[in-house]
Amino acid sequence: MIAKEIILAKLDSRFLPHVTFNDQICQVNAEGLHYRDLNSLLRTLDSHGVEKVELHSVCGQRYIGTDLKTGMAIEIYGTPGNDLAAFMNGPYITVYGNAQDCVANTMNEGKVVVHGRAGDITCYGMRGGKVFIRDDIGARAGIHMKEYMDKKPYLVVGGTAMDFLGEYMAGGVLLVLGLNLKGDEPHKARFVGTGMHAGVIYVRGNVAHMGKEVKMVDVEKSDMLTIEGLVREFCGYFKTDFEEILSKKFMKIVPYSHRPYGRIYAY
Amino acid sequence: MKSYLPVDFIVERDESKCIRCKVCVNQCTYETHNYDAQDDVIRSKDENCVNCQRCVTMCPTHALSIKKNLGPFRDNANWSSEVIKDIKKQAETGGVLLTGMGADKPYLTYWERLLLNASQVTNPSIDPLREPMEIRTYLGAKPDALEIEFEDGDIDLKTKLAPQLILETPIMFSAMSYGAISLNVHESLARAAMRAGTYFNTGEGGLDSRLYKYGERAIVQVASGRFGVHSSYLNAGAAIEIKIGQGAKPGIGGHLPGEKVTEDIARTRMIPVGTDALSPAPQHDIYSIEDLRQLIYALKEATNYSKPVSVKIAAVHNVAAIASGIVRAGADIIALDGVRGSTGAAPKVIRDNVGIPIELAIASVDQRLRDEGIRNKASIVAAGGFRSSGDIVKAIALGADAVYVATAALIALGCTVCQKCYTGKCPWGIATSDPWISKRVNPEIGAERLVNLLRGWSMEIKEIMGGMGINAIESLRGNRLHLRGVNMTDTELKILGVKMAGE
Amino acid sequence: MNELDNKFINPFNQDKDFAGCSIFGMMSLEGKRFSSEDPIKAISNMHDRSNGLGGGFAVYGIYPDFKDYYALHIMYLSKDAKEKTDRVLASCFNIIYDEEMQTKAAKVVDPPLLWRYFVEPKKRRSPNLPEDECVIQAVMRINTETGKAFVFSSGKDMGVFKGVGYPEDIAEYFCLEDYYGYLWSCHGRFPTNTPGWWGGAHPFNILDWTVVHNGELSSYGINRRYLEMYGYKCTLQTDTEVLAYAVDLLMRRQRLPIEVVSQILAAPFWSEIDSAEPKRCNVLRALRQTYGSLLMNGPFSVIVAHHGEMIGLTDRVKLRPLIAATRGNMLYLSSEEAAIRLVSPQLDKLWAPRGGEPVIGRVGDKKIVGSAVKVEEPQ
Ligand code: SF4
Ligand code: SF4
Repeated sequence: MIAKEIILAKLDSRFLPHVTFNDQICQVNAEGLHYRDLNSLLRTLDSHGVEKVELHSVCGQRYIGTDLKTGMAIEIYGTPGNDLAAFMNGPYITVYGNAQDCVANTMNEGKVVVHGRAGDITCYGMRGGKVFIRDDIGARAGIHMKEYMDKKPYLVVGGTAMDFLGEYMAGGVLLVLGLNLKGDEPHKARFVGTGMHAGVIYVRGNVAHMGKEVKMVDVEKSDMLTIEGLVREFCGYFKTDFEEILSKKFMKIVPYSHRPYGRIYAY
Repeated sequence: MKSYLPVDFIVERDESKCIRCKVCVNQCTYETHNYDAQDDVIRSKDENCVNCQRCVTMCPTHALSIKKNLGPFRDNANWSSEVIKDIKKQAETGGVLLTGMGADKPYLTYWERLLLNASQVTNPSIDPLREPMEIRTYLGAKPDALEIEFEDGDIDLKTKLAPQLILETPIMFSAMSYGAISLNVHESLARAAMRAGTYFNTGEGGLDSRLYKYGERAIVQVASGRFGVHSSYLNAGAAIEIKIGQGAKPGIGGHLPGEKVTEDIARTRMIPVGTDALSPAPQHDIYSIEDLRQLIYALKEATNYSKPVSVKIAAVHNVAAIASGIVRAGADIIALDGVRGSTGAAPKVIRDNVGIPIELAIASVDQRLRDEGIRNKASIVAAGGFRSSGDIVKAIALGADAVYVATAALIALGCTVCQKCYTGKCPWGIATSDPWISKRVNPEIGAERLVNLLRGWSMEIKEIMGGMGINAIESLRGNRLHLRGVNMTDTELKILGVKMAGE
Repeated sequence: MNELDNKFINPFNQDKDFAGCSIFGMMSLEGKRFSSEDPIKAISNMHDRSNGLGGGFAVYGIYPDFKDYYALHIMYLSKDAKEKTDRVLASCFNIIYDEEMQTKAAKVVDPPLLWRYFVEPKKRRSPNLPEDECVIQAVMRINTETGKAFVFSSGKDMGVFKGVGYPEDIAEYFCLEDYYGYLWSCHGRFPTNTPGWWGGAHPFNILDWTVVHNGELSSYGINRRYLEMYGYKCTLQTDTEVLAYAVDLLMRRQRLPIEVVSQILAAPFWSEIDSAEPKRCNVLRALRQTYGSLLMNGPFSVIVAHHGEMIGLTDRVKLRPLIAATRGNMLYLSSEEAAIRLVSPQLDKLWAPRGGEPVIGRVGDKKIVGSAVKVEEPQ
C-alpha cells in the first residue's frame, strides 16, 4: 500500500494539477510538462514506491523511463519522445501509440512493449531486457546490440524493418515477423547485418538484401524454441494468433565470423 | 611470397659481456632472441626487433644494443626508406598500414614557435617555493552571473552551480581503453589520479569492476560501441565523456581485435570472449547537432544532472564552429584532441594526415566561444601530444582550462614510443591484454612513477607562473599576452592570437 | 558583396554554416486554405531540436488578391541598402504595391527592416527572357550587389517568414495568425554559428520553391561550385541554399520530375544501380555520371515545396528522421511523430519513408507518392 497523501505532500506544487491517484495507480496528465519535469516527477514517484503509473497525453517528451531505481510499470498514452527507455534499468513500459527514434538506447534491463511502430535506431547498444514492437521499426534497429553470459537483449518486431537492421550487432536476438507483408513479399530492409559479428537475427519470410558479413541459414530446433517463446509472449501482448505466425518459415541470419575485419590490415 | 623488406633494426650483443642469463630471451615478446643450448650462445632474429629497448634495459651486464639499419636504400628526400618499406609491405599484404602512438613527423607542431614571458623590473616575479601558488582548476559550466542573497549581514548563494570536476593540477590522464592497455596500467592511472587529485579517463572499453573504487576520480567514456555502458558505470564516474572523435584518427572508429578480447575484457566490455569489439566512427544516435543534444541530455537524465558531461572531438577544419555547437548542445566540458594525439592503433595514413594541430584548435575554439559570449558555459580540455610542462603552460595561456596527457603517462610507465601498440605485444606490459606480459607493470610502482611525473610538472608550472608574476592559474588561462611567436606567418600569429616576439 | 557584409553574415569566415534542426510541413490536398494555428503548435512541440537562433515558415496561397504578381520579401540591414535596392527594383519591375511588413513585438533578436513588394517584370527590358529568369537575375543581383539587402521570398501567391528566434516567436513577430495558406512548411533551427542572422534561417526560397532542411551536407563545397556554373550565387553560406538552387535547376529549369530528382540528390548505391534491370540501370548510371556533383552527401531530411506540391526526402542511408502521415485531405511531414499527433491525434495513415525515397503530395491528387508502405493505425 502506498499512502498517496504522503506522496502528494512530497510533490512540488506545480505537479499537483497533473497527478491523481486511482486505487494504487498513479495517473499523470503529461500535457504541457517538459521532459525534465516529467522525469523528475517519475523519479519522485519511483522513490516513494509507486508501482504503477499511467502517463496520459504524452506528446514528444524524451527519456521516459531513464534513471528509475525500481521495476515500476509505466503505461504511456500518446506519443513518447525520442530516447524512450534510454539507459533504462528495470521498469516495464507499455506504449499505447507509436514510439519515436532511439527507443531502448543502451537499455540494460526491463521491458518495453509498443502497441504501434517505433522509429530509427531502436535498441542501439542494448544490453539486456526485452522490447516488443507491434508494427514496423525504422532504420538501424538493433545496431551494436551486445550480450555477455546470461545478459542478453531481445527485440521482437511484428511488422518489418528498414535498412541496416542489426548493423554491427555483437550479441542478442532480433526477431522480425513481417506480419504485414503480403504473400512472399520479402522484408524491405537492405544491408541487413552489415558489420554484424555475433548474436542472431531471425526473420519470418525472406530478406531482400544482406550485408556481406552475414549469411542466411535454416533454423534449428533450438532456434525454434527461442522463436516460439518470443512469439508466444508477443501474442500475449498483441492478441495475435500464435499458430498462424508459426505457420510460415523462419530463417536465421548469422555472421560468418566473430572477426569481420580481421584481414584488412597490413601490419 | 618472398618478402623484400629489409630489417629495421640490428641487434648487437657483446659476447664478452653476455653471461647467457636469458633475460633477453624472456623479455622480448617478439621472440627476437633465442638460446642455442648446443653452442651455448644467444642468437637474435633482427627482423623481429621493433627497438622497444626492453631487452637492452633489462640486460644485467649491458651486453645489448640495438642499431638502426641505416642501409640499404639510397638517400632520397622524396622516396625515403619509410616510404619504400611501406609500399613493399602493402604490396605483400594488400592491407591498410597500421601504426600506434601519435604522428611522428616534425612538421605539425607549434609549441617550439611559442615562447613564454617572465617579469623583469616593472612587475615582480614570485618565488613559488615560499609564496602560495595556486593551480587548482574546476571544470564544468559556470554561470554568467551569480545571484546572492543578503539578509542581516548574512550572505547566501542562490544560484545553483552546475556540477564541477576539481583538479589539483590542470593535468588529467587521457582516455585509454581497457583492452588497448592492460588492467595494471588502468589501475596505475586510477591510483595516481586519486593521489594527485586529478582524473583518469576510462576510454571506451568500460571500467573493470575491481576499479570501481576509483570511480570518484574517473571520467567514464561513452563511445559508439557503448562497451560496458550501463547505469552503474555512468554513476560510478565523476563525469561522463561522449567520445565523438580522437586526434590520431578523426572520422575513424576504434577496433579491438578479437584476439585481445580476453575473459576479463569481455566481462568489462560485455561482449563474448574473442569477438571483435567494433566502435565505428559515428555515434549511431548522433548524425546531427540536435542529436548530440539529445544524447547529452539522455546522459544527464540518466544520472539526474549530477555529473558534468564532456564531449571529446578531434580537432578538424571547422573545429571552432563545431565546438560552439557542442557547447550550445549542453556540454559542460569540451575536449579537443589535436593531430598529434596518440592511439593504440590507427591507419598510418589517417594518423599522419588528418586533423589540425592542437595549438591552433585551442586558440580558435577559445576565441570563438568568447566572440559568442559562451566561453563560460563550458571548459576546454586540450589533448594531443603534450610532452612537457612548457607545452601545458602554453596551452593554458592560449585558452585551455586543463590538458589530457596519455603518451607522457605511458612513457612514465616504461613505454619507449616504439609505435607498435597495435600488435598487443607491448614488451613493457602496457599496450597489451596478455595477462603474462601485463605483469611487467606493477600498479603501485606505476602509480608512484605517474604521481612523480605530475608532481614534477606541477612544480615547473608553478615556477613558470611565478616568473610571470602570476600566482593563480586563472590569471594564466587565456592570457595570450604571456605568449610571443617566432618563425610564423601573420596568419598563424592571427589565428593563435599572439604577437610576434619583439613586439 | 564586399568584405564588410561578409563579416556580418559570416563573421568567422566559415566554409559554410552548421546547423541541426526540426522540420514540419502540412498541406491540404484539396488546396483549401487554413490558419497558422496547427503549424505553429506542431513546430513548437519540437522546441528542443532548435536553439532559438532561427525559425521560419513558408506559406502557399496567402496573397489571393495579388496572385498574378511576384511577392518579394526583402530584409534590409541598413537604410541605404533599401535605397539602392529600390533603384534596382525600379529598373527591373513595375512595382504594383509595396509596404513595410506588418510585425509586432516578440522574442526575436535584432530584426532588420522588412519590406514586401508585389511586382511584375518589365517586358521591354529583355523581351525574350522568361519572367521567372528576370526575377532570379534580379534576386541574385540584389543579394550580391547591394550589400545589406536580401530577398528571402520571391514567388507568386506565397511567402516566406523567417528570422532569429524560436519558430513560435517568429510566427508571433510576423503576425502569422493573420495569414491563411493551403501549404505550410516550418523550421526550427539549431545553428552552431552565431550571431545567427535573419537570412540564414530557413525556409530558403527562390521563386515559389522553398526548402526546409535538417542535417549537414559534407558535399556542400562541390554542390555549390556546380551550381555556380549555372549562375546561382550562394551568398547565404548554408547548405540549404544549395538544396533550394539544386531543386530549382533540376525541377524548374530542367523540368525533371521529383521522382528523378530524388535519385540525383539521394542517388542509389552503385551496387543497387548495377543490379537494377538494364533500362533502369542505364538511367540511374547516367544520372549519377551527369549529376554526381549534385549528390547531397551527408545526413539530411528536407521538405521541398512549390505551388501545388510538397515533397519530403531523406538522404540515401536515412541518417535524419522523417515521418509522414495523412488524415482526410491533409498530408503531414515531420521530424517527430509527436508534432503530428499534437495537431491531429487521429490519423488515417502514418509511415516512415525509406532513405532516398520521396514522399510527394499534390493538390488535387489524393494519392500520395511514397505511401505504399502499409501501416496500421494504433488503437
Ligand atoms: S625486447 Fe624490444 S629491443 Fe629487445 S629485441 Fe625485442 S623488440 Fe627488440
Ligand atoms: S605502449 Fe608499448 S607498444 Fe606502445 S609505443 Fe609504448 S612501448 Fe611501444
